[in-house]
Parts: sequence; structure tokens; C-alpha cells
Amino acid sequence: MNVLVPLPIVLPLIGAGLCIALRSLAAQRVVAVAAVTGALGAAGAALAGVERHGPVAVAVGGWPAPRGIVLVGDLLALLLLVVSLATVLAVLVYAVGQRGTDEASGFFHPLYLVLTAGVAASFLTGDLFNLFVAIEVMLSASYVLITLGGRRSQVRSGMTYVVINLLASTVLVTVIGLIYAATGTVNMADAALRLDAVPDAVRTSLGVLLLVTFGIKAAIFPLFFWLPDSYPTAPTAVTAVFAGLLTKVGVYTIIRTQGLLFPHDRASTLILVLAGLTMVVGVFGAIAQDDIKRILSFHIVSQIGYMIFGLGLFTVAGLAGAIFFVAHQIPVKTALFLVGGMVETGTGTSALNRLGGLIRTAPAAAALFLLGALSLAGLPPFSGFFGKLALVQAGLAAEAWVITGVSLFVSILTLFSMTKIWAGAFWGEQRAEPAPAPRTADAAGAVATTGGAAAAPEGGPGALRPIPRLMTWATAGLVGVTLFVAVAAQPIYELSERAAGELLDRTAYLEAVLEQ
Amino acid sequence: MRPEDRSLILDTCVRAVFHTILLLSLYLLLSGHNQPGGGFVGGLVAGAAFVLRYVAGGADEVHRMAPFRPQLLLGSGVVLAALTGVGSWLAGGELLEHGKIDLHLPVLGDVHASSTLAFDIGVFLVVAGLVLTLLESLGDVAETEEQAAAEREAGAGTGAAP
Repeated sequence: MNVLVPLPIVLPLIGAGLCIALRSLAAQRVVAVAAVTGALGAAGAALAGVERHGPVAVAVGGWPAPRGIVLVGDLLALLLLVVSLATVLAVLVYAVGQRGTDEASGFFHPLYLVLTAGVAASFLTGDLFNLFVAIEVMLSASYVLITLGGRRSQVRSGMTYVVINLLASTVLVTVIGLIYAATGTVNMADAALRLDAVPDAVRTSLGVLLLVTFGIKAAIFPLFFWLPDSYPTAPTAVTAVFAGLLTKVGVYTIIRTQGLLFPHDRASTLILVLAGLTMVVGVFGAIAQDDIKRILSFHIVSQIGYMIFGLGLFTVAGLAGAIFFVAHQIPVKTALFLVGGMVETGTGTSALNRLGGLIRTAPAAAALFLLGALSLAGLPPFSGFFGKLALVQAGLAAEAWVITGVSLFVSILTLFSMTKIWAGAFWGEQRAEPAPAPRTADAAGAVATTGGAAAAPEGGPGALRPIPRLMTWATAGLVGVTLFVAVAAQPIYELSERAAGELLDRTAYLEAVLEQ
Repeated sequence: MRPEDRSLILDTCVRAVFHTILLLSLYLLLSGHNQPGGGFVGGLVAGAAFVLRYVAGGADEVHRMAPFRPQLLLGSGVVLAALTGVGSWLAGGELLEHGKIDLHLPVLGDVHASSTLAFDIGVFLVVAGLVLTLLESLGDVAETEEQAAAEREAGAGTGAAP
């Protein structure tokens, strides 16, 4: 049991080392897929154990808490970790299938695995400073991945991304220093107990500071502006995994720290106002865009609002809804980006005014997009419906009328915006005009595979460059995961509810860490 | 680097200190457990030795001194460090827990070794490998660009006087 918890961090790291050392791309691919699969298996087994026996804590190096660093596997962390690793695996297969993603540089697989290890460590750690380290591991890998290929537009928007994240990290380590100054510990469980004795004003300000820091990472209003600018320029596989995971790690850390460390002075009203603004601003931003990847990037922001909404209620039902919503969002959002990448591979563009009629030329992409989009918009019987249903019920039960109304209104706008992509890219007439010069890394890769300047695909206007089958299968697999979330909505919601109960009750977590 | 671009004084000095610096880096690595030093510092010092060779003789010189892919060093370091963590597990301890061995060696006398040394060696390899990777991926490019610029200049000079 204890053996399983660190494996999702250790296996990708060993895989990363092997991948750097190996010269052959084929061997790198095998190692990477094996490492992620192993990590997924370990996380799944650990979740099954924790579901039966309660949270486990592993004292790394044999130093017990609160002095040593602990890794804690509880329902919240492991549930999100399993969903994340399944997504990571699907995107990895997609990246192998897509031309030009991992061929360009021998460092793609090592970095991708380091990113995976960082994500796993962020979920599992029970120590504030270690959380900072885990986030840094994840971010340093992401800095390179987002600029992989080194195109001018990538470097320009990559700079925004790097600067904003460095700033957030500096604030984060400062806040952790302040918490250490106030409590004398950075172990989360220990700090949770000692914060009770800290004066109210100090504790509240520490809580709000942490909220702001993680708010930048999670892209909450008004700190979201960097996201839609930087994500779309990276290669699709990278954008997809960032969209699915990085902001959700931010949301997870907000849920974890606000729930565990600051349970008494809940910044409830502040969080709910931010949630509403994040939803509305994100969805209006999406409506104003006319490029598939940019629309989806704004939707990341909008959907983050729902998760924060569930947290802001601070009831078991609200938190359960938020956790379920995160678990649903990770695969859905990633799958939609993967479909965007398929479209771009086929046509050389993701701009809606240059697309059309894809339902005839790329029916698989159309079908996968439809399933993902309906789920994102929250139509029954897809997974988004259950997530939003849980949140709305929790909102009504907590008598938070305004925010619940806003969330329903934003749902309609989300559906509208998905319709826009559907009508623009998949319905209508095929555009006869040749694809323009590639603007993004994917399009460049697609053009490179068909031979340099031959931007217009062979077989006359309207015909598509072939979409590698592995890309389609990987996307289909991920859409399969989202359908599974919908089919298994009841048990997953029950798990979320128990995770939320554990989080608000705190005793199981504190006992696991401090009395081992 | 072209032979006429090399500085004789620098070249000779670097050759004289190169091996001493590498020895120093090993000393720092081994003494790091209870004294200032350790894998990171040792790796940096070893990397600095190669940087000196690069400054004196260019990328070719570094290739001659370290005739393997630097990524190999980097990767095996990460794997070694990670496996040390897992190894303590297989021995029945917690992840990354360390044990110590007291040995009596013929020449060296009593040696107090800790299993963290294996982890430190991993860190040493990572840092040294990283410096070498940087020299390879950034140094090579800088050098080729410099040469290309020099050749362009030379070409423009001859082209102007037909």
C-alpha cells in the first residue's frame, strides 16, 4: 500500500532519465509509454486501497512528520491523479502518432515525463515547501515544452508565460515563508493544527495570499490574461496536456490549502464573486474568438470558474461537485484540444473562417468533437451534465441564488460557442482556398511532412492531408474516458463526495500524517 | 576552433589544471556527506573544468575529452539517483531512506560510507552532464555562427576587389 503512493512520481523520473540517455526515438517512446502506464497502474491500485482503508502517508527518507517530508495519498489526490495520468497517457500516444511533435527534439519525452512527475508530486505531497518544489518541477518542464520548436510566436508568448509563472512562484515561496514564520512548520497537517493559534487577521491574510498565488496558476479572474495568449502557440499535444492538467493542479492546490489550512475563515464571498467573474469573462472571451484553439483556451478559464464556485460554497455537496467537475474537465478539455490538433493536421489551420465541411472530409474528428463539446456544454447524458447538476444542486441548497443563475447562463453561452466551432469547421461548404502559410507549430509540422512549400494538399482543393490513425485512436480513447465518467457518474460522484467529506472533516488526513 | 585562434598561454595553463580540477571535483563529491561539498558542487566543478577546455580549444576539444553523448551522463545520473531512492525500499526501508557502512580498507583505513553517496554520485552526473549538454547544444551553434560570420566577412572583402 505504502509502496504504491510514491510510484507515480518515481516511475516517470526513472523513465525521464532513461529517455535522455537513449538515442533512439523508438526506444524513448517505449520507455515513456511504459513509465506513464506503470504510474497509472500504481495510482489506480493506490486509489483502490485508499478507498477501502482511508488515507495513507509515506515518510520519505524515514523521517516522520512533521519534520520530514510526507507524501499523502487520500481520495481527493488519488482520484484526480488517476484521471490526470490516464489523460497524460492518451496525449503521449497522440504525440507519438502526430508527425513533428517528438521527432523535432530528443528532449520531448524526457521533459514530458518530468512534467508528469511534477504533476504527480503536486497531487501527492503533504508539505508546503515540497508543493512549491513539485510545482517548479512541473513548470520548468513546461517552460521548455511550450517553446519547443522555437518559432517566433512561440517564444514571444512563451515569455509571457514564463514571466507570469516566475512571478507567481516568487510570491508563493514568500507566502510559504510567512506561513513558516507564523507557525514554525511547513508540513500541511502540522500547519493546519498550529494555524488555529495564529491571530485571525494574520491567518486570513495568509489564506488570501495563498489564494491569489494559486489563483494565478489556476487562471482565475482577474489573473487569467496570460493563458489564452500563451497556450495556443505550443504544439497541440503540449497545449492539450497543459489545458487538461496545469490549471487543474492550481485548482487542486486551492481546494487543498483552503480546505485543510483555513477551514474557519473561509473567504467564501470573495471566492464566489471571483468564480462568477471567471465564468462570465472566460465565456465572453471565447465567443469573441474565431480560432478553435483560442476559443478552447478561453473556455479553460470559464470552466475554472465552476470549480471555484463549488469550493466557494464550502459545503460537502459543493466541494463534491467541484471535485467531480475537475475529474470531468481534465479528459474533456484535453480531448477537445486533441480534436483541434487533428483538424489542424488535416487542413493546416485552426482558424474558423478558413475551415468548413469537415464533417464529410474528416468524419471521425467531427464525431469526437461533437461528443466532447456536448459534454463540455453540459448536455445530458454526458459527464458535464452531472458535474453541473451537482454544482447547481449544491448552489441551490446553499441558497447562493446569484452564482447558480450565473453558472446556468454561462452554460448556455458555452453551448453557443461550441455551436460556433461546429458550424464553422464541421458544417457548411468546404473552403476551396488553399491553406495559408503555417502560423502554428502543428501546421508547420504538417506542411513539413508533405514536403515544404506544397501547402495545398494533393488531390485538389478540399482534400485533407491524412490524419495519422494513432492520433485518432488516442483522441477516441480519451473521449472514451469522458464517456466512462458519464456512465460511472454515480460511483465517481460518491467518491468525490467522500473526498469532500474527508477534506472538510480533516481528522482522517491529520491522523494519517501525524500518527504514523 | 582554428589552430591560429588558440592562445598558447591559455591552452597550456588549462591543460595543466584540467586534471587537478577533476580530482578536486571528486574530492568534493566524496567529502560532501559531513563537510562542505557534495554531488551538486562536485558536478559544477567538474563541469567548470570542461568549460575551461571549451574556452581554450572550442567544442572539438570538449568532444575529445568527453567522447560520448553528454545526454548519457545526464540520463544515467537521473536514473541512478531515482534508483537509490527505490533501492532503500527493496532493502525494507522507506523511499530514499539511507543506511551506512563502516569498512576497513587496506590502504585507506577506516571508511565511513553512506548510501546517500550513490544519490550524490547521481546528482554529480546530472550536473556535469547538464554542463556538457549546454556546451554541446549552445557552444556548437555559437561557434558555427561565428565562423560563418568570419567567412562572410572574408568573402565580402575579396568580392569588393575583383
